[in-house]
Amino acid sequence: MAAVTMRLPAARAPLDSSALRGGEKHLVAPGDTITTDTGYMRGHGTYVEDDKLIASVAGVVERVNKLVCVRALKARYNGEIGDIVVGRITEVQQKRWKVETNSRLDSVLLLSSINLPGGELRRKSAEDELAMRDYLQEGDLISAEVQSIFSDGAVSLHTRSLKYGKLAQGVLVQVSPSLVKRQKTHFHDLPCGASVILGNNGFIWIYPTPEQKDDEAGGYTANLEPVPLSDREVISRLRNCIMALVAHKIMLFDTSILYCYEASLPHQIKDILKPEVTEEIVLEARQRLLDSEG
Amino acid sequence: MPVPAGRAGHQLWIAGSFPAAAGGWKAGGQAGRQGGSGALRRCGREAAGMASVVLSEAEKLYIVHGVQEDLRVDGRGCEDYRCAEVETDVVSNTSGSARVKLGETDILVGIKAEMGTPKLEKPDEGYLEFFVDCSSNSPELEGRGGEELGTDIANTLYRVFSCENSVDLKSLCINPKEHCWVLYVDVLLLECGGNIFDAISIAVKAALFNTRIPKVRVLEDEEGTKEIELSDDPYDCIRLNIDEVPCIVTLSKIGYRHVVDATLQEEACSLASLLISVTSKGAITSMKKVGKGSLDPESIFEMMETGQRVGKSLHIALQKILDEEENLGTSRPKVGFLG
Repeated sequence: MAAVTMRLPAARAPLDSSALRGGEKHLVAPGDTITTDTGYMRGHGTYVEDDKLIASVAGVVERVNKLVCVRALKARYNGEIGDIVVGRITEVQQKRWKVETNSRLDSVLLLSSINLPGGELRRKSAEDELAMRDYLQEGDLISAEVQSIFSDGAVSLHTRSLKYGKLAQGVLVQVSPSLVKRQKTHFHDLPCGASVILGNNGFIWIYPTPEQKDDEAGGYTANLEPVPLSDREVISRLRNCIMALVAHKIMLFDTSILYCYEASLPHQIKDILKPEVTEEIVLEARQRLLDSEG
Repeated sequence: MPVPAGRAGHQLWIAGSFPAAAGGWKAGGQAGRQGGSGALRRCGREAAGMASVVLSEAEKLYIVHGVQEDLRVDGRGCEDYRCAEVETDVVSNTSGSARVKLGETDILVGIKAEMGTPKLEKPDEGYLEFFVDCSSNSPELEGRGGEELGTDIANTLYRVFSCENSVDLKSLCINPKEHCWVLYVDVLLLECGGNIFDAISIAVKAALFNTRIPKVRVLEDEEGTKEIELSDDPYDCIRLNIDEVPCIVTLSKIGYRHVVDATLQEEACSLASLLISVTSKGAITSMKKVGKGSLDPESIFEMMETGQRVGKSLHIALQKILDEEENLGTSRPKVGFLG
């Protein structure tokens, strides 16, 4: 039966800020004066005009000794060595692939930085170069790690481990990179029945947990069998929960996603995105997070 | 018959005959970009420069299998719409305006009523003019790029509203053959998140509901010159009757089933879509097929039935929200663009 719901827009009320810890954050908008004291060094996101330090981006002011900088709330991904990213291949070039990772420049995946199917370890030859499109095509999703950063800021990726490689069936959610919490591991097998990769660049990949860890595949064979309905429900619910958390700017990590998932169980999957249900679930998840932190 | 100004490409005709709906045309195929090898790779409707998203083969397969089981990526069924937000009277210097947010898609419609001369073939009626602007989306749609898509949408709207009783055009006449009201409908595509035709038609209907045309009187003096007098009271105006205004329902064929209100990802997996404009009573006023895939006549009948059913629910929901907004009157908290 068709379900069409319409509503009048409501101004978004912020969640009660009584739980704000860590003191007041100094939020600025572009053009706001940060300080008139000339003794500070200007960092990223600031500029000096008429002896005043003015912010050029909208964000939080951070001060380290004499350095004042503004960390933008919504910015493109700035690569750091060791980060896990999920990216989409945009171009296949001569000895490398261009990968889109929501950063200022397209990231680069060199042919020498990938693992061949079957886990072979050898120098890539000219035949490999011609067969590049057999490995990764335009539109494919990969999980990779940042190997190095070029001088212009472009990020160089590598998939030299069996846990990285081409991603198969699943759902991609794109969020702001500042919402993904830095953790020891970004590959999580959630107890609810699905797995999630939290890319540092804001790309989150939700996929059904594979039954057995097959090492010999090397990450290139895609399992194209239909995913069972129960797994699909879990994945859709997780996706909606992540969208709910993003709408209220809660940091994303495995515990917060799990608490939000458990709070959403009484509701139907498609109802999670309704504003009132979103608020309810996120409040409950936030409360549990605060309680667990003590 | 306005032909969509697309790139020179294939014209796909639906095999077999089927009863053409009143005012409809058989098929409007549009060229799509040929991708690499692989059947799924050829999926992807690229109607005249619409911003589309690239997906991997496995992602498309996941979406197609999900639709088969009636569970889409965001948990909706095949006939469910995303939650829509409708607000009217957002632009102050128009005669009527509305803003519709359908998931990611954001549409703003403004209607200005101006006096003009009636068309020669219809001297006792006013008329509507549609302009669509899509330049605020992606860089590829700025300037000339968005023109194709804009003309495409505008032509579709002309077709949808070409049905005689959708808007009571006779009420827009002031002086037969000399003066009439012309409603300039400006559609602004603020954000494209899939299913723009449906959102635009909802916004146009809401804006027409909100339109207030000032009442004018024609005074004739002894020499026969006519003068038009505007009434002094700014609240003295005529409202349009929108009971017969149709809404567009887009049905996208994914795999063997069809879905309503496709997101950008689902549109990338769909080979062909059917745009049906339905009135609140379930009557189909026009139909258009887009996409480079073909549609079986059986599935067209199924899609028409679904379109009628979904269209009726859409009208009921929209009327309910418009009445609710009307009843709140001046006490309604205006959200606008900074809410």
